[in-house]
Amino acid sequence: MGEAIVVTSGKGGVGKTTTTANIGTALALQGKKVCLVDTDIGLRNLDVVMGLENRIIYDLVDVAEGRCRLNQALVKDKRFDELYMLPAAQTKDKTSVTPEQVKDIILELKKEYEYILIDCPAGIEHGFRNAIAGADKAIVVTTPEHAAVRDADRIIGLLEQSHVESPKLVVNRIRPGLVKSGDMLDIEDILQVLNIDLIGIVPDDELVIKAANSGEPTVMNPDSSAAIAYRNIARRILGDAVPLMQLDRKPGAFKKFKKFFGMA
Amino acid sequence: MTVKSKHVRIKGIKDGLIFLLDDKCPFEDLLSELRYKLEHSHQNILTGPIVHVDIKLGNRPVTEEDKEAVLEILKGQGNLLIRSIEALPVPGSEDNDALYLMSGILRSGQVLHHDGNLLYLGDVNPGGTITCSGDIYILGSLRGMAHAGVDGNEEAIIAASLMSPTQLRIADIISRPPDEWETRESSMEFAYLTNGAMQIDKIHNLVKVRQDLNVFKGV
Repeated sequence: MGEAIVVTSGKGGVGKTTTTANIGTALALQGKKVCLVDTDIGLRNLDVVMGLENRIIYDLVDVAEGRCRLNQALVKDKRFDELYMLPAAQTKDKTSVTPEQVKDIILELKKEYEYILIDCPAGIEHGFRNAIAGADKAIVVTTPEHAAVRDADRIIGLLEQSHVESPKLVVNRIRPGLVKSGDMLDIEDILQVLNIDLIGIVPDDELVIKAANSGEPTVMNPDSSAAIAYRNIARRILGDAVPLMQLDRKPGAFKKFKKFFGMA
Repeated sequence: MTVKSKHVRIKGIKDGLIFLLDDKCPFEDLLSELRYKLEHSHQNILTGPIVHVDIKLGNRPVTEEDKEAVLEILKGQGNLLIRSIEALPVPGSEDNDALYLMSGILRSGQVLHHDGNLLYLGDVNPGGTITCSGDIYILGSLRGMAHAGVDGNEEAIIAASLMSPTQLRIADIISRPPDEWETRESSMEFAYLTNGAMQIDKIHNLVKVRQDLNVFKGV
């Protein structure tokens, strides 16, 4: 029986989909059998980030309404044999499936896959309830901004009232320079308010944007600092004790020089 | 005058008698029935040796004069020696002053209301609201909104180990402290034992140690 982890945040644009795609891919890199589920019906993105949009035939709503079998709707990743994705529908809205239907689908997937990562839509309404219905655990993504932390706090409150086990925190898009100058919340500030276990910190990295646009998860690129962060998170999910990344590490002068000349 | 009513029950115990007086009926009825029983129907207990008597008035709120009136009737009977007269406190009359204890984390969007005085062990996060008809004592960080004396009690207070609220309200007075994110370190901690060894942890982790506490899980 696999484990279903919902990736949620409350606020939009903090990197739920990117986190789902990258942690999922990182778990697949570790040789795990993984299925990604997009529950953001009407605003699906996971397929775009994964570069699998053109392979979609059926979607979550089709499965829920019995128009196809679950296996028919799963899209196999082009890079890994053991990585699959269940896309959301783009033409419907959140209310076209019920939490019970999603729960049944997740239960079915848990028989087949070791990890099921559920990409949750922004907000706390029907879509959120759909996303957490089948989840055993939760990863809450936030960025070092007051608004994102506030919403993460709200989400944690709602998760604590639900059946989902104690949520873990990912702080995304940290800019070490800004934190150092005191213009950005640091990890300690965030943890003091949210008071949940930290499972990873991800530095802000332009390569993530580039990767998302080319449909290739960042985690595949060993040069990206965000990639290392996501791989670390995946290892922590698997139970390894990996120390937190040192953020103020500056690239050496030589590396900068090489970069300047396009050698790195 | 009714003889059949059972406002007054007399029970024998090892070393005396207990007079159980009903606490629902009008006090006047009680007195007249007591008088009737002693003077007419229960003459037999009044003859013989000296008997110790405990009087229980139940949950009736009684004044000293009321007690005096009951004693007056019994004193008239020579062999009854009054040992005690007691009335149980009316539930609620004392509780208003007692501290009600709660623990947990009050997160954004959650509201906790309590009638009376509240001692909250844990944090109130930004966006969280705590309201109380009496005082609020927070052992933890107050970063959200606290409203004491919601029913208009201007004497109410709000205490917090770390006072950094988004807004404070007492009765109908609203104050907005300078807007700043918390930078000070929360210093309040608690000590507990694990396998015989002393441990120190922040107060908001109390729930993890003390499962028996009333834990707020949100509304």
